[in-house]
Amino acid sequence: MQTPILDFLDVNYNYHTISCETVTLKDISFNLYKNEFISFVGPSGCGKTTLLNLIAGLIEASSGEIKIGGKPVRESTLNIGYMLQKDHLLEWRSIYKNLTLGLEIRKQMDESHLKTVDTLLKTYGLWDFRNVPPRQLSGGMRQRAALIRTLVLSPDILLLDEPFSALDYQTRLNVSDDIGSIIKERKISTILVTHDLSEAISMSDRVIVLSKRPGTIKATIPIKLSIENRTPKTSKNAPEFGMYYNKIWGAVHEKDSENE
Amino acid sequence: MKKIRKTSDTCTSTAQKDYVKSIQRKSMLIRLYQILLLIVFLTSWEISARHGIINDFIFCSPSKLLSTFLTMVRDGSLIHHIEVTLFETIIGFALVIVGSLIVATLFWWNETLSKVMEPYMVMLNALPKSALAPVLIVWLGSNKTTIIVCACSVAIFGSILNIYTGFVNVEADKIKLIKTLKGNRFQCLKLVVIPSNIPNIISIMKVNIGLCLVGVVIGEFLAAREGLGYVIIYGSQTFKMGNVLLSILILCFIAMILYLILEKTEKKLSDYF
Repeated sequence: MQTPILDFLDVNYNYHTISCETVTLKDISFNLYKNEFISFVGPSGCGKTTLLNLIAGLIEASSGEIKIGGKPVRESTLNIGYMLQKDHLLEWRSIYKNLTLGLEIRKQMDESHLKTVDTLLKTYGLWDFRNVPPRQLSGGMRQRAALIRTLVLSPDILLLDEPFSALDYQTRLNVSDDIGSIIKERKISTILVTHDLSEAISMSDRVIVLSKRPGTIKATIPIKLSIENRTPKTSKNAPEFGMYYNKIWGAVHEKDSENE
Repeated sequence: MKKIRKTSDTCTSTAQKDYVKSIQRKSMLIRLYQILLLIVFLTSWEISARHGIINDFIFCSPSKLLSTFLTMVRDGSLIHHIEVTLFETIIGFALVIVGSLIVATLFWWNETLSKVMEPYMVMLNALPKSALAPVLIVWLGSNKTTIIVCACSVAIFGSILNIYTGFVNVEADKIKLIKTLKGNRFQCLKLVVIPSNIPNIISIMKVNIGLCLVGVVIGEFLAAREGLGYVIIYGSQTFKMGNVLLSILILCFIAMILYLILEKTEKKLSDYF
């Protein structure tokens, strides 16, 4: 059996303020396997972003165990890439300097890494824009640049926090297809957090539905579409797409037994 | 006059040319009115002084101002006083910027420190700084150091508070981005906090340059034997109103020129931030 690259075992996360303690995530257990693409869907405030922050090591779980490559988060040597809701390209740096930001921070501005940056720029159509400031790029191109900034560091796990939510509908479809294909092509284990059920089905191998706060896992739905070499765009033509949509919609809107 | 840049072929159409001309005509008119206003003011002042409508001993006159200016230029005293005031202002300004950047960074770095210091900073900022000047003379003596410290005291507390506010208001997700790339606190400061605050720092500098000049003049009123502040206070005590008004006029020019330099810098930087 394949060993998971990421293990969540009974993870809880409580958020503290002066007035109260809020349980954000409760008893979360799941695995992510190599080359797998998982999506988390659920209502706003159910702890989806918190879950990504835990994996990225930005915050620590209140209880439970998170292992990356078999080791606790802090000790893991695997690379985690994190793409935020907005591209957050720094306006005072050129596109090239934005893409090498991670390398600069990690002091890896060597020839081989810079060669990777050049290759990625050429492969994903940003080579001609490498010296321009981010404001000269379209929304879709900016998002692609943000993905390359993450890919430059060769992530073993990629975390996507609603990366297309700031884009208009048309651009969103194209960019999600674009980025989904890049991720599949580079075989990166990925976790996507989204509100868009179609996006989750079309991009993922598995969709996990979270309940409203405190976020618990309500359902895990494996996605098996009868389309060969599927891309996020072609996945929407699969005959099973509607069935999965209804199933996930039902799971999202099913009343939480504890909160009834 | 406004410079109009060509951006495309549509700029050569007649309608576009007419539009550009109308804009240029409007800005020329504004400049003309500004000059006319100055001429009307100076002429009425001169006429009123010559015909005894106002007392020229107290109110002076443009022609007397001109002759004072020429005398002081010839004997070299004017250049010397300007040099002294400018030197003190620039040193004070540089100290305010460097000092407030260091303190604001320390406050950003250590939240507890900023919370401890906040009430004291607010109190010191609200304190009328002219009240401090006599104390500074007693503590530091009647010299240039006192004047520079006086200039710093006028601007530094507000500057620290404003820079610190800019630092803590940096978009949280930009800091998060640096952290996701495994950056430390220093890298957050270097790569995001300071660069994203450059426009804010420049606009604080624009305010500070004027405040430093005010501080220097207050200091020179009380603790100097040279500088434009000294010329003003000495002139008012000896009824040399020409010296007083000329120094005030020069102070206005200095403030305007320093402000324009910073504004030019701000415009150049605005392409990048």
